[in-house]
Amino acid sequence: MDPNHYLVLSGMLFTIGAIGFLVRRNAIVAFMCVELMLNACNLALVTFSSHWGVLDGQVASFFVMVVAAAEVVVGLAIIVSIYRTRRSASVDDANLLKL
Amino acid sequence: MVTGASVAFWLLAPVMVLAALGMVLARKAVHSALCLAAVMVALAVQYAALDAPFLFAVQIIVYTGAILMLFLFVVMLVGVESSDSLVETLKGQRVYAVLVGIGLVVMLVVATGNALVGDPVGVAGPNSEHGGNVQGLAALLFVRYVWAFEATSALLITAAVGAMVLTHRERLVKKQDQRERAAARMRAYAESGVHPGPLPTPGVFARHNSVDTPALLPDGSAAESSVSATLRARSSIRTPAELTAPMAARQAELSADQPAQPGIGHGPDPRLKAPVDQKDADLSDEERI
Repeated sequence: MDPNHYLVLSGMLFTIGAIGFLVRRNAIVAFMCVELMLNACNLALVTFSSHWGVLDGQVASFFVMVVAAAEVVVGLAIIVSIYRTRRSASVDDANLLKL
Repeated sequence: MVTGASVAFWLLAPVMVLAALGMVLARKAVHSALCLAAVMVALAVQYAALDAPFLFAVQIIVYTGAILMLFLFVVMLVGVESSDSLVETLKGQRVYAVLVGIGLVVMLVVATGNALVGDPVGVAGPNSEHGGNVQGLAALLFVRYVWAFEATSALLITAAVGAMVLTHRERLVKKQDQRERAAARMRAYAESGVHPGPLPTPGVFARHNSVDTPALLPDGSAAESSVSATLRARSSIRTPAELTAPMAARQAELSADQPAQPGIGHGPDPRLKAPVDQKDADLSDEERI
């Protein structure tokens, strides 16, 4: 199994996540796209770990998962509190900071 | 040579890419979440193929189990029916986003598609050094990365407190206790004649007894308050005529067809007066129950 295939897959998933983050207006879906990008990075890290025969890549991937969990908790709490005040989960509606 | 890893890769890589595209393209947030779950489970399989059993388990338990369920909870809270608006606030943003994405994927594939040369070493060696993958990760985590590990604990505590602070709501008015609610009901009864008791139950008819069926008042009109306000707002409740019409029509049909048949129509049913079976009569009350 050529490890470069994993890297290509990781790159494709990352790109799909990035495009989704740019085009989707629903805050929850945009957030899911961020998760997809983090997952793609994890796949690359695990691939490097397997290729070079050291476990540090897997530890890094583990840390990414921890940070993602914390990020999701806070991010979803922000989305819920914005939804409470504006009755909308669209990123276009939260524009009070706009001039 | 065909290995398990390559089979897993070529089977699941198209699934992952398609599910990721589905996540971006799905109109409803729930469908996006399900597609993301498919990607994550397939990724877990890739981790298993890459000799990372700990990450395989953590990916399923933490990502698919915890994080995605959190997403689904929020989707249900925020409104599952709200689909994305298609209004572009920035002109041509979608087109540019897709162009940038194509550029990014070409760059990534060209740059990293041949980044790794030589035979992969594999993590079988480091895995067996401490007796297993989990032990090897623990040896790294609690020795070399112990400060990063401690920092993540602080991060998790902060995130938990932050989520509680963000979603906490102060009560603006004092909560009514039972005595006050009862007094308010009696006051409403005295002032405007609102019935102080519980609301009427939904209607029970020969063909309908669901909660969206209104009860009939003595004058034949529907009791609006017998149906939940949510259902009333969501759909039009059935009218009394609609409820009683099929049964009345059927009764009329039957009595027109077979006027002499006993048991149908208004006459007493002779079967009701049939003698009680001897065996039943011998049983005591408790046995019959």
